Amino acid sequence: MTTTRRQFLQGTSALGAAAALAPSIYAGTARANDEIAVGVLFSLTGGLSIVERSMADATRMAIEEINAAGGVGGRMIRPIVEDGASDPRVFNERASRLVIREGTPTTFGCYTSASRKAVLPVFERRNNMLFYPTYYEGFECSKNVVYTGAVPNQQLSNFIPWIINELGRKTFFIVGSNYIYPREMAKVSKILIEENGGEWVADEYLELGHSEWGAMVSRIRNSGCDVVLSNVVGDSVVAFYREYANQGVTHEQMPICATVTSEIEIAAMGAEFAVGSYTSFPYFQAIQSDANQSFIERYRAFVGDPNAVTHHAMESSYFQVYLWKQAVEAAGEATPDAIREAVKGQTFDAPNGRVTIEPENLHAYLTPRISQWDAAGQGVIVDEFAEPEKPLPYVAYGETADDLFCTAAGLDTARL
Amino acid sequence: MTETLFIGLSLGSILLLIALGLTITYGAMGVINMAHGELVMIGAYTTVLASLHLGLNMFFALPLAFVVTAAVGLAIERVVVRRLYGRIIDTLLATWGVAIVLQQLVRLDLGLTFFGIDIPGLGPGLQNVSIPRVLAGSGSVFGIPIQPYRTFILGVTILLTALTWFLLYRTSLGSQVRAIMRNPQMAAACGIDVRRISAITFAYGSGLAGVAGVLLAGFRTVQPAMGATVVVDGFFVVVVGGVGSLLGTVLSAGLLGQINGIVAVLTNDILARAVVFGVVILLILWKPRGLFAFKGR
Repeated sequence: MTTTRRQFLQGTSALGAAAALAPSIYAGTARANDEIAVGVLFSLTGGLSIVERSMADATRMAIEEINAAGGVGGRMIRPIVEDGASDPRVFNERASRLVIREGTPTTFGCYTSASRKAVLPVFERRNNMLFYPTYYEGFECSKNVVYTGAVPNQQLSNFIPWIINELGRKTFFIVGSNYIYPREMAKVSKILIEENGGEWVADEYLELGHSEWGAMVSRIRNSGCDVVLSNVVGDSVVAFYREYANQGVTHEQMPICATVTSEIEIAAMGAEFAVGSYTSFPYFQAIQSDANQSFIERYRAFVGDPNAVTHHAMESSYFQVYLWKQAVEAAGEATPDAIREAVKGQTFDAPNGRVTIEPENLHAYLTPRISQWDAAGQGVIVDEFAEPEKPLPYVAYGETADDLFCTAAGLDTARL
Repeated sequence: MTETLFIGLSLGSILLLIALGLTITYGAMGVINMAHGELVMIGAYTTVLASLHLGLNMFFALPLAFVVTAAVGLAIERVVVRRLYGRIIDTLLATWGVAIVLQQLVRLDLGLTFFGIDIPGLGPGLQNVSIPRVLAGSGSVFGIPIQPYRTFILGVTILLTALTWFLLYRTSLGSQVRAIMRNPQMAAACGIDVRRISAITFAYGSGLAGVAGVLLAGFRTVQPAMGATVVVDGFFVVVVGGVGSLLGTVLSAGLLGQINGIVAVLTNDILARAVVFGVVILLILWKPRGLFAFKGR
């Protein structure tokens, strides 16, 4: 099959027309005063769909709740759900489709950093907004993304000092999957370990999806460490905890302290393998507040599964829609520029507590918590901050709360 | 050191378990069965379903999974592979298609999701299997730490290898299979029912994949795509060992397992994987037909 010049021209001119139309679609929805279309972009199929489906569900639930309560300033939200199919390239195509063809002023979506990096150029070049609900490695300062998941300092600034001072464990074995998130987490961990008078004996990585942990667990046992800091991701987590138990290591002797192991992974491995280990997240299903209990009930009713678990990334997927709603109402219009300005400083009482968007770097203030897993696969919260922690996406490079590298003016690249 | 050797032995036994079925289907029949990994996956799901719905533990799941996957294998042979003997590239493509269909069947609860029915234990999510209590944890013999579960896998692998050897070299069925391996036309001319024997062989090889699935379920996540990574390792072992050679398969599984184990313990798993790939490439360059190839014409 060959493409003739004429066909090619027809194709490109159609694309051009669609692009030219896009701005008028915003205007159209604004004038129609009935609905606002938004994108919902998660993997509904493929290997990551197990987690991402729950995030898409939480997003749709928030949208339905807002619509049932009268919408955004009287206008209904219309979700346009796209499937990223666990493939960054598909994420990029679908994001382009949402931004260019559908003209949505905001998209809620993405789980992995790979998918976020893949869609980032679309949102930046077209000046559109992405609301990103996942905990991630930081080191990003986009004016087109609102980050509502934890950054490294919100998972580690409480965790490492607590392990050293409260658990009394000082010798760390750091292990993770081999990609950017675990590597950045390890970087921040080492800074914190040294600051708090601990030491680390190893910093090891395995391929994503690796499921043969015999050699690694054997090395951990013989390394002389007394605590394991795990940044292992995905179904490797399951194989890791199982091998740990099979080699006869218990979490009393040498606890695994994890930054990724959530309710979902615990359910997948079988709770008995994780009993006694620790995880640090701003949100756990076990949070004993009325707001959270009601959230869990509503979510289970929404997905029709009385045993569904809730977890950090899906809770962020939920509350970020409310932050967006408040921003649109404050701005009085649903354009990307207006949303970006209005979302700064927005505050919402989420199931995990009060969340606020930092005006400088568009990340969320979140409350760090540590929990120990019990035999029922639920966390028992053993430590939590009294106040939400300021988000510092560049903490691994020396950023502090009083000295932000990423500000509304942009990233100060000279300091990296 | 003994511990490192044990890890290598355990890795080797898992490789052999996966490759055993392949060496029979690939070796005996020249079929590159891309669905072999999916048969392993079906074996793992049989374990999940047997424990969820029938309350049977892993020991009972072993024979059950053998029967189920042998039946699935027989069906694949009857419907697809039979029509493609001797066309190696076509079998590769066709069985790859079968693999995708099998994966999706599990994801879609055998298609029942379209009618709003969900079978617990199937679907796109992760499943897990609990290990029987006697095999859990760890013990030590003469001061050497021993993991009961890995030892159990090793034992089952040895048993199955012995059984396969017995079937191939000590029964009349086995000699017919070996005759077909060497030269199917000549075997047919001597009065061997090639189609029937091939179907039985394929079903047996598939059944072995099912048993491998049961044992893998004990320490890996059970999910629809789990077979894809497994099948690659299986082909390594078969190709290095020499197509159709049981002894070659056993030795190459042991060799690759030990290399992987030793390098992984001394350095790390990522390097170990690379070293294994390197060794496989060198071995294939040095002996293109594998360590123990037939001296055929």
